[in-house]
Amino acid sequence: MPPKLFLRFFRWFCHPKLRDHIEGDLRELYEEGVKEFGKRKADRKFIGDVLLLFRPGIIRPTEGYKNLNSYGMYKSYFKIGWRNLVRNKGYSFINIGGLALGMAVAILIGLWIHDELMFNRFHKNYDRIGQVYRHNTRQGEIQTGNILTTGTGTLLRNEYGLHFEKVVMVRGRNEEHVLGFGENQFTQIGYFMQPDGPEMFTLTMIHGTRDGLTDMNSILLSQSMAIKFFNNENPVGKIIRFDNQWDLKITGVFEDLPKNSVFSDATYFAPLDLFLNGWTHLNVWDNYNMHIYAQLPPAGSFDRASAAIKDAMLPHIDAQAASTKPQLFVLPMKDWHLGSNFENGMAVPGPRVNSLWYYGMIGCFVLVLACINFMNLNTARSEKRAKEVGIRKSIGSIRSQLVGQFYSEAFLVVILALAFALLLTQLALPAYNQIAGKDMVIPWNQPWLWVGCVAFTFITGLLAGSYPALYLSSFNPVRVLKGTFKAGRFASFPRKILVTIQFTVSISLIIGTAIVYLQIQHGKNRPIGYSREGLISLHPRSPEFKGKYEILRNELKKTGVVEEAAESNYAIVSTLGWNGGFDWRDKDQGLQDLSFNINRVTAEYGETIGWEFIKGRDFSRAFPTDVNGVVINESTAGILGFENPVDEILVRNSEGKRVEFKILGVIKDVVKGSPFEKTDPCLYFLANGDEGWLHIRMNSTNTAREALPKIEKVFKQIVPSAPFDFTFADDDYQAKFKAEERIGTLVTVFSSLAILISCLGLFGLASFVAEQRTKEIGIRKVMGASVISLWRMLSKDFVALVIIACFIAAPLTYSFMSDWLQHYQYRTDIPWHVFVFTGMGALLITFLTVSFQAIRAALANPVKSLRSE
Amino acid sequence: MKKYQLGEFEEVVLLTVGVLYKEAYGVSIKKDIETRLSRNVSVGALQTALRRMEDKGYLTSYDGEATEERAGRPKRYFQITALGKKALEYTKSTRDELWSAIPKVALRLVNS
Repeated sequence: MPPKLFLRFFRWFCHPKLRDHIEGDLRELYEEGVKEFGKRKADRKFIGDVLLLFRPGIIRPTEGYKNLNSYGMYKSYFKIGWRNLVRNKGYSFINIGGLALGMAVAILIGLWIHDELMFNRFHKNYDRIGQVYRHNTRQGEIQTGNILTTGTGTLLRNEYGLHFEKVVMVRGRNEEHVLGFGENQFTQIGYFMQPDGPEMFTLTMIHGTRDGLTDMNSILLSQSMAIKFFNNENPVGKIIRFDNQWDLKITGVFEDLPKNSVFSDATYFAPLDLFLNGWTHLNVWDNYNMHIYAQLPPAGSFDRASAAIKDAMLPHIDAQAASTKPQLFVLPMKDWHLGSNFENGMAVPGPRVNSLWYYGMIGCFVLVLACINFMNLNTARSEKRAKEVGIRKSIGSIRSQLVGQFYSEAFLVVILALAFALLLTQLALPAYNQIAGKDMVIPWNQPWLWVGCVAFTFITGLLAGSYPALYLSSFNPVRVLKGTFKAGRFASFPRKILVTIQFTVSISLIIGTAIVYLQIQHGKNRPIGYSREGLISLHPRSPEFKGKYEILRNELKKTGVVEEAAESNYAIVSTLGWNGGFDWRDKDQGLQDLSFNINRVTAEYGETIGWEFIKGRDFSRAFPTDVNGVVINESTAGILGFENPVDEILVRNSEGKRVEFKILGVIKDVVKGSPFEKTDPCLYFLANGDEGWLHIRMNSTNTAREALPKIEKVFKQIVPSAPFDFTFADDDYQAKFKAEERIGTLVTVFSSLAILISCLGLFGLASFVAEQRTKEIGIRKVMGASVISLWRMLSKDFVALVIIACFIAAPLTYSFMSDWLQHYQYRTDIPWHVFVFTGMGALLITFLTVSFQAIRAALANPVKSLRSE
Repeated sequence: MKKYQLGEFEEVVLLTVGVLYKEAYGVSIKKDIETRLSRNVSVGALQTALRRMEDKGYLTSYDGEATEERAGRPKRYFQITALGKKALEYTKSTRDELWSAIPKVALRLVNS
């Protein structure tokens, strides 16, 4: 006997296929060896042979020698799935294309939402920066704002160092100023900020350092601004001219801030001291013009800081201001963009949050539509594969394998669609960014994108693959193969419900879009109280402009292209400038601290912009007493409550003085703010020039192209140092519709895609039904059915579904859009014809989609359809 | 690429299988090589070579009778296939070509 241990070792490691005859060989050799040289040597040789047999070709595979995984099976599933796709190119196209479109829309909207949620994340101290806000109680209602006094900022910085590491004041709104270097002059938007600001907001410096604002005569430029002036040179140390008044040394260049951050429009940061220089200081308590930003120490908490500064203002303000009970608190940076809308002291979702919800909803809807398509087509098609299931089962497939097969086919399609969707998204992104006014990119390197894609693939594949996987695999092969299998009467019922849902959603989206557009149009058609045609405005920022009103006006009129010119202290469409302290006869006590929108205008202002008088008269140079006159608008007249306001007296209390103003006239409301809001009560006082804004009404006999060079020539002669940067009043007005038009454009695009996807699905279903009924149609034709009657037969099912969808969609959208319109004070009615037209449109589209297939089926030669089996 | 993959040892084994004709199984092949070429052949090396050539299609095999000294285990007989024959011919012809390409002078010089 050969050594047992090694024999067993051999038997253990040897491949079972080889074991017997190699063992035979070994034993034969061993027996001979024993005879020839005795047992010991034979044993040694045997052991050597066994050990030398321990080599790759002989050792058995670790897990037996059978294939225990089913990669081959999966491969076959995908292969069959692929063949199915290629064989039915039309369906595959509709299936994959529709799903890809839906996914692309969802991804685009997802990117939008992500971008909004990531707002301000650029700033490295994101978690520790807060902005100081103030609650005021007026007439029992809490109002919340973030415009504060310089005194408050200085106080917080000096006495609350325990809670705040840094406190930075920034001028409460962006400022337009003229930057000049050599010949180049540009009107630019920027901010005035205290020296700690760049460090707090962690600007990325390209040249210079973040402490570049310590000197009053310094400025930081954005990279794009620096390139505009100096190309790619390092401009640090160069001097630029600011408003033709100050020489500022460039101390640094910062990388442009991303579009989704709070200072994204800044092309420069200038020192706050420069803004305050010469007219005010850092310890003022009655002029609200600052934003205050604070950075907490690493261990700080916003709640504790808020509690500490709550009443900080009270010791410093007068009794009247204190009567509004101002309370300070710190709003963390994460809430600036989406959580800074307050109603009666409580944070409520603002318009931005609402539009996030709207877009999110639309995205989900479109995606659901695409998934429905996918499910419908898949289930409809899968009945055709009943035979395949029967054969597979007869050959020996077990049910779980069939389930696996149908799932893997669904996944194959979803994965293809996902790839297309990502491609589509990438292609659509530039246009989308333009509409959205954002700077979005697909974050390829972010794990959550991929996690999302995988999760989505999984869910859609599961949803769409479940019906064929679970239902088809349950077929009895005998019945299927014998041909007695029939999908029940109710098999198409879920499909019909899904189609109805699809069209309900699409029709709702279209009605919604139509109403958004009606609302925009309603705002555009609103009577605005002045005439925009041929009116231009400019804001010359140069000391040279001072005292030039009369000469400018005379020279401009001499050119013959200008009808009239006037000045005012604010732009026509601006709502800045509010003051209280007015008294009048029989004033209601409840209106005690009411403020009015105050405007100072020259005598020709009304003439220039085209006021429409309801009562009384305009200012006139003929009456020197008009200096103590005031023109009011309709809203003001309504508040004052006089039956005939003309010649009544309005008393202005300012800095302890009482000045009486006589009401000269009442004008129709000029729409200054949002065209969808109520107009503000305005007062217009007479000024004699030096008001900052110049308005020019051009003659209607000349075109703007002829007139503008002449105007520019005069302007350049009289104010050579200011750039001739004018805007058309019409453009200024249209700019107010930007937000609404953005919503309008996006909703249009998305709802068009929604209806397209629904129609694709319908098209697929219709062709499927037509194909299924080929024989029936053939027989009917042979029996004498006309094309028209066949067409009607094939179309009516779908048309009925769309009509049902219309009736569901109309009330839904009506209530939803009525709610939406409640956000606007100046809003359109929802006219009934929107519903009728949309319904008709949807029906028409359905007809076209279905008819194509129906007519094709009805026209087909019955001989062909009846002959084929 | 080489047309027929055949190593030196493989070639020897394949030729031996041919020599033994119907009697080619593990032990007989091993003994034959050992006596003819007087070199030691381990069972492991031989079996791997046989397996490899079977995979390449140069050899086929079938189970033979079981004897007592083999404790009832069957012999596995090997046979050259057509492909195996081609592989052998190919190797031989390449060798011959090389031989004929050597100039006679070269060999004479080496010998003297």
